Amino acid sequence: MRYPFATISTLAWRNLWRNSRRTLIMLAAIAVGVWAMIFMAALMRGMTDQMVRNGLQTLPGEVQVHQRDYRADPSVVNSMAPPSRGLLAALLEPPVTAWAGRVRVPAVISSERGSRSVTLLGVDPAAELILGSLPEKIVAGRALDAPADRGVVIGASLARRLETGLGKRVVLMSQDTDNNVVDRGVRVVGIYHARLQGNEDRFVYAGRAAVQGLLGIGDAISEIAITGDDYRRVQHWYPRIARAAGDEFETLPWTELDPFLGSMLAVQDGFTLVFMVVVFLALSFGLVNTLVMAVFERVREIGLMQALGMRPGLILGQIMLESFYLLGLGLLVGNVLAVATLKPLATGIDISAVAQGMEMMGMGAILYPALHIQDMLMSTAVVIVLGLLASLAPAWRASRLDPVAALTRD
Amino acid sequence: MSDIRCRNLCKTFHQGGETITALDQVSLDIGEGAFVCLSGPSGSGKTTLLNALGGLDTPDSGTIAIGEQRLEHLSRRQRADLRLHHIGFVFQAYNLITVLSARENVEFIMQVQGVPAKEREKLATGVLAEVGLAGLEERRPAELSGGQQQRVAVARAIATRPALVLADEPTANLDSRSAARLMDLFVTLNRERGVTFVISTHDARVMGYARRLIGMRDGRIVSDQEQQPHAMAI
Repeated sequence: MRYPFATISTLAWRNLWRNSRRTLIMLAAIAVGVWAMIFMAALMRGMTDQMVRNGLQTLPGEVQVHQRDYRADPSVVNSMAPPSRGLLAALLEPPVTAWAGRVRVPAVISSERGSRSVTLLGVDPAAELILGSLPEKIVAGRALDAPADRGVVIGASLARRLETGLGKRVVLMSQDTDNNVVDRGVRVVGIYHARLQGNEDRFVYAGRAAVQGLLGIGDAISEIAITGDDYRRVQHWYPRIARAAGDEFETLPWTELDPFLGSMLAVQDGFTLVFMVVVFLALSFGLVNTLVMAVFERVREIGLMQALGMRPGLILGQIMLESFYLLGLGLLVGNVLAVATLKPLATGIDISAVAQGMEMMGMGAILYPALHIQDMLMSTAVVIVLGLLASLAPAWRASRLDPVAALTRD
Repeated sequence: MSDIRCRNLCKTFHQGGETITALDQVSLDIGEGAFVCLSGPSGSGKTTLLNALGGLDTPDSGTIAIGEQRLEHLSRRQRADLRLHHIGFVFQAYNLITVLSARENVEFIMQVQGVPAKEREKLATGVLAEVGLAGLEERRPAELSGGQQQRVAVARAIATRPALVLADEPTANLDSRSAARLMDLFVTLNRERGVTFVISTHDARVMGYARRLIGMRDGRIVSDQEQQPHAMAI
């Protein structure tokens, strides 16, 4: 089999360059198609990455541990004790990179001019900083400096709505465990800017100990937020945390905490595959045409090969190899092009002109294309599988030619 | 490989509403080591008979046996294998694969047969020298004259030592000198290697080389005679 393969391989390669202009045009079409597949996949992947990361920042964390009823009723009634020794040991093991216990309760914030319903977050600033769940940018004042910090940090948008500002006093109001209204006047020590304006309106940050004091819950917390090294791999390690936390608590990965966010990856993979298939289907017409022409031009030669004793299978193999070489070259050039054009864009593409619209989808003003090896492999698989399928018809016809008719064709 | 036996071969073609009888009850025996010429005007059925003998074409009725093998019982793939291992073909024109050099064209069949590279190269170089093409091994068909191309085709046909060579008007596109050299080569191969030759031609000078001359007309054998070769006519 080795020698016949060498024969058809040589023939396929040389026949490819028999009409070099036609081959180069087809090659360019495949390369551009492959480039488009990978480039668009990188943009879509970048968008999804950003949406998921922003979502995880808001959640926050890739895994959360709560009281079992907390998600149905996220009030102070369903708070939990700080992590046990066993859970603490699990939280210190890789791939966990950070964790934070936080109080998270519905509250109302009031200024002299108005009041808004918000989510009050009692945080440990040092732990939350590593978790990456603190506001990205403090635009006025300072960040919280300790769990006992008695000030609050509010979003710029909320400050505008409440017509309040840095250094002014606001009143925080919530409920204690007995459903009594508790309130406390606090000073705005910082104003933050978030990538998503909705978050600026929604979250108010205060020191954890200060909030625990306001609510009268001792050292209890609402949730433990945990993050690992790769949000895509959370399914591998979250069961270990669940076991350490015990059955009395609910331990969920982000894909279940936010099913919409969780479905994004699968949806995006599906979109990418469909996009690649559509692009290649358009290309395949050109490919089939090229092969049909290539076969048509050398009908006599194919007849001669058959007359000399070349089996139909080898003729079919030769045309398929010709297609494979063309597809392989197109893939190589397309992949190189994609890497070359995506590399300079790694620092991000400014889409601030449409940022407000994109914000509704959970995106920021800079889009970071994400070139994933799996997309390059997916495009390779699509091109090779569909390309060879499309080549089967002309290759089959060539292998079934009647040698006498082929040899006498004008 | 052994004798060729054909019995009652019939083949018709339909062209423009007309039925053309290419072979009409042809029965024929050709012994091993024979040097046979099929003669007759265009349309007499020579090429159809050659194609049927080589398993390229299937007769509508009748039987062909080459040695113990009945061609009508062989599949498309088995007939391809028979041609590959036992039959050499030389056609009138378009004999070579244009993207391969003269040496590669000669090696082609051996490569498909699975002959190792070194052996192939040695055999191809030797047989090309035998047909007078030493030094032209790496030339592509477009760089060779018509006569040289035909000799490459002969080299390819005999390189694998087939028992039978079927040649369809092999000298039709050659000048007298090239034709004479080619026929001399056929005679030498027939005499020294015992290769059976069946050559279709309507060139009287080529017929002079044959030891057996079969005349055809309208798909029938009209004459079949042994003769003393009088080759020097070309």
